[in-house]
Amino acid sequence: MKIGVFICHCGENIGRTVDCARVSKAAGFFPNVVHSVDYKYMCSDPGQNIIKQAIKDLQLDGVVVGSCSPHMHEKTFRKAVADAGVNPFLCEIANLREHVSWVHDDMDVATDKAIDLVRFAVEKVKRNAPLKTIQVPVTKRTLVIGGGISGIQAALDVANAGYEVVLVEKEPSIGGHMSQLSETFPTLDCSQCILTPRMVEVYQHPKIKLLTYSEVEKVEGFIGNFKVTIRKKARKVDDTKCTGCGDCMQKCPIKKKALSEFDENLTTRSAIYVPFPQAVPNIPVIDTEVCTYFKNGKCSMCKKVCGRDAIFFEQEDQMLTEEIGAIIVATGYKLYTIDKKPKNSEIKGYGEYGYGKYKDVIDGLQFERIASASGPTSGEFKRPSDGKEPKKIVFIQCVGSRDESKGFSYCSKICCMYTAKHAMLYKHKVHDGEAYVFYMDIRSGGKMYDEFVRRAIEEDGVKYIRGRVSRIYEENGKYIVKGEDTLAGVPVEIDADMVVLATAMIAQPEASKLAQTIGIPYDKYGYFVEVHPKLRPVESSSGGIFLAGACHSPRDIPDSVAMASAAAAKAMVLFGSDMLEREPTIALVNENLCAGCFYCKKVCAYNAIEVKQIFDRQGNFVKEVAYVNSGLCQGCGTCNATCPSKSIELIGYTDEQIYAEIAALM
Amino acid sequence: MSHHNTTHVRTISDDISDITSQNPELCYQCGKCSAGCPLRNYMDEAPNVVVRYIQLGLYEKALNSATIWLCAGCLTCSSRCPKNFDLAKFMDAVREIALRNGIKVKDKNILKFHKAFLRQIKNHGRSWEMGLVKDYKMTSFDLFSDVENSPKMLLDGKLNIFPHNVKGKDKIKSIFEKTEVKKCK
Amino acid sequence: MQIGYYPGCSQEGTAKEYDKSLREILKILNVDLTEIDDWSCCGATSAHVTSHKLSLALSARNLALAEKQGMKEIFAPCAACYNRLASSKTELQNHQEQKYEIETIIEEKINNIPEIYNIVNFFQKVGKEKITEKKKTDLKNLKAACYYGCLLVRPNGINTDDSEQPDSMEEIVKATGAQTVDWNFKLECCGAAHSIARTDIVVDLSKKILDDAQKHGANVMIVACPMCHSNLDMRQKNIKSKFSDYKVIPVLYLSELIGLALGLSKKELGIDTHFIEFDLPIKNNVQEEVSA
Repeated sequence: MKIGVFICHCGENIGRTVDCARVSKAAGFFPNVVHSVDYKYMCSDPGQNIIKQAIKDLQLDGVVVGSCSPHMHEKTFRKAVADAGVNPFLCEIANLREHVSWVHDDMDVATDKAIDLVRFAVEKVKRNAPLKTIQVPVTKRTLVIGGGISGIQAALDVANAGYEVVLVEKEPSIGGHMSQLSETFPTLDCSQCILTPRMVEVYQHPKIKLLTYSEVEKVEGFIGNFKVTIRKKARKVDDTKCTGCGDCMQKCPIKKKALSEFDENLTTRSAIYVPFPQAVPNIPVIDTEVCTYFKNGKCSMCKKVCGRDAIFFEQEDQMLTEEIGAIIVATGYKLYTIDKKPKNSEIKGYGEYGYGKYKDVIDGLQFERIASASGPTSGEFKRPSDGKEPKKIVFIQCVGSRDESKGFSYCSKICCMYTAKHAMLYKHKVHDGEAYVFYMDIRSGGKMYDEFVRRAIEEDGVKYIRGRVSRIYEENGKYIVKGEDTLAGVPVEIDADMVVLATAMIAQPEASKLAQTIGIPYDKYGYFVEVHPKLRPVESSSGGIFLAGACHSPRDIPDSVAMASAAAAKAMVLFGSDMLEREPTIALVNENLCAGCFYCKKVCAYNAIEVKQIFDRQGNFVKEVAYVNSGLCQGCGTCNATCPSKSIELIGYTDEQIYAEIAALM
Repeated sequence: MSHHNTTHVRTISDDISDITSQNPELCYQCGKCSAGCPLRNYMDEAPNVVVRYIQLGLYEKALNSATIWLCAGCLTCSSRCPKNFDLAKFMDAVREIALRNGIKVKDKNILKFHKAFLRQIKNHGRSWEMGLVKDYKMTSFDLFSDVENSPKMLLDGKLNIFPHNVKGKDKIKSIFEKTEVKKCK
Repeated sequence: MQIGYYPGCSQEGTAKEYDKSLREILKILNVDLTEIDDWSCCGATSAHVTSHKLSLALSARNLALAEKQGMKEIFAPCAACYNRLASSKTELQNHQEQKYEIETIIEEKINNIPEIYNIVNFFQKVGKEKITEKKKTDLKNLKAACYYGCLLVRPNGINTDDSEQPDSMEEIVKATGAQTVDWNFKLECCGAAHSIARTDIVVDLSKKILDDAQKHGANVMIVACPMCHSNLDMRQKNIKSKFSDYKVIPVLYLSELIGLALGLSKKELGIDTHFIEFDLPIKNNVQEEVSA
């Protein structure tokens, strides 16, 4: 093999700490190296031409580039090598920037290390085999998980581009938290007015298959070729017959036992119910936990009154499978609970604010319901305990967020804005009312956002007090809020009629379980993780699975919608070609050696190892061996390291290559 | 890296970090401590401001505040701090440094009381209230407060005429000698 | 049951009745207290406000003595002593270097620091049902405001009870047959060690606490700390002289309340030594009443 070595200065980045000329000179003496040069910017066009020219002039069949991380420019250099007619997998990168110049001070030592790393890469490339990228077909159907505003937006975008969508929502209706909101910042549009047309559009869209009251059970396969199992939970109502007339709900004798999820427990609902009148689909479900029929069989009022014979007590959960090419995860968020801490939860709750024992100390979503025209008070400000109009409301920001002691250390991002909106809505309706906001910092980055907050302060007379509240207690029907104005350095005590805690957005409690089901990473808070925070913000690290909305991190409606459209675009990029190219550096099983212990299957993070049965020519079963699904394998090498019989190799990173590299360093 | 190399001069903030095993920079000035402090109304500076002075290097201001002596160590702040910053412990450390630096204490009777209390322990191993009261009154010249309570306590046998001396009295004295904060010269 | 005992200085002086009532009721409940031989002061507030090391060393000496005397568990009825001992234990366990330094100062080794109980944890361990079993007096006329003060359940993590909405003391009080009231200032500070040097503060703070308890229907305060007791009991006279319409309320140690339930007299329990007289009607001989 004839190898060329090309050392890049990366401007000053490498050149300042590494003597690149000395590196290229030393590399010239390595066995098989026939050419070695250094250049200021190897990734530039002239730099690439140096490589291409050398390949042509000297008939090189192996290339080592000493440059930045392969994450940065491996693709660039492989392409240059391929353009010059050499298999791109015969090009290796020695990382002289992140591994050398950026982490060392002493030039001599750094240069020595750089020479070692180049020798290391030369030894590897000598053993590289020419490889071909893998081609896999694409199923042009998208699964969207979650029917909140993010899921709705993503589904509509993909469907409007002409691709089929399966939208799965675990609740009886789509709409998510946005359907609960009163008005939205910073324009004060009515939330439902802008959302419900979208919900109906989803329902009527010929390309969208809507599965509400359903959950994703299993995801198999790989990018372009997923097989998804979905559990359609039993509504106990036949959705092909039900017209949504609502007679069953009216006649249901259970009216008070179940708290309304949609009204955030401020009201009750019947046992057979739709979450809210504009629900999509407008088909009720029976809450079997409270329904008398399911307790003792003594009531079947709904069945009696249903003119369409749609009540179906015996209905059971159904399992559906769907062939899917791309998945968009849009499972949204939950609010930090103000109640006493749930068991086995990191959430501790705020004892100093009463752990939810005071009826008029409510959270942000409860306030939305009170402020909403469709809410329990028809949008009139009445406090939950006695229905009186609160004349003094205290809003407390950063409850559960920026609080590593009781909640989470992250900023929940939207609370500054929604609190300003709350205070504003209140002041607009209760002119003689007083609104106080306790805040730590006002984070109102966004188009017309800071203007909105200033408007609350300057025009609507909301009093902002910089400081966290230490305690709330009840005295004579008032809630005594103890704070400190840290700007003036004076203690503040307010006797409020109602207190609204701007509780943080937190990850859905089942998010980590879902992440494990579909095979995407999540962070310590339970939020799903993107593959690159700047350049690939809507892609998960699993190919073909994209993220949208608040399941990724706290975000507001405009951000969620933008992210959903971005995720939809990513899915459509995937559908732009009929076949997918994948890196060939994946694991390969030597079936003769494999003993079928399947340790590899246990450790594989991508579910890429399958069981394959081996038969002899007569068709007799011989043994079971591991088989690598080339669509799923990410080439991480964990199986390779685990295999006790050394019968899995990682193509492009074989044991022989690794040993040669190590030997080169010794 | 080389361009970050600077010579670090030890500061009072470092001393506080050492005594309390926590970095004063942890505090993000939310003011929840001051909001809940039961002694807040008697203080000249809010507790969070004392932390701010330390963060800014305005040590004189922190060490001279009456706040550090009024802190009763009730731990309300520490137990509610969203950053898990133990402010009560921080206040202990600031007082200790104030004593070390010979700062004139604003609410001087509070310190006189503590000193009188500690003298009892140093001499006897346990607190002896009669001696404590006598000592405190002699140093503070606060002669007439609480005199009306003493006869009942004496009659109830709550004020012992003589101190109880523990056997390990000398050991306790030596603990004091090794740990008492002395004014720096 | 047997347990190591760290009385604390007040128990020999201003809080003699706390010690006395404890010893009386524990005779009935069959608990033996073994006093730590030659225990010394924990340093209380005065040590930790002036020298961190002094405070650690004074507490550590007692912990080391208890360990040397073979104690696995010790009971510190004074909430302040408990807090000092328990905080020091946490600190010694979590900071090895500090531990070595303190060991040199006190000239003792510390290996297995005993488990430390405050009065509420202690009665949880004894078992509140034991109190109910041996109850002789009907205390249902008592509406108790349980006052935890600052140091019984703080800081977080040292104690098992909730540091904001605790209810462990109420559980014990209910076992005596007394009622409990829900009130706001269970954990509010009474001014503590400022009692003598800044009596004005203590009077203000104590009044707020006592007022809130009475406003919520309490007719007796239950405390677990000699410092709290002396501030709330003795300082009511100062409150009264400053605010003439102030109504006084008796202040009992938790042990005294249990003693009353077990049929002991006010004198046996030392309740007669309080500044505010305890004269609420309580009925003796529960059993007789039940059989009649």
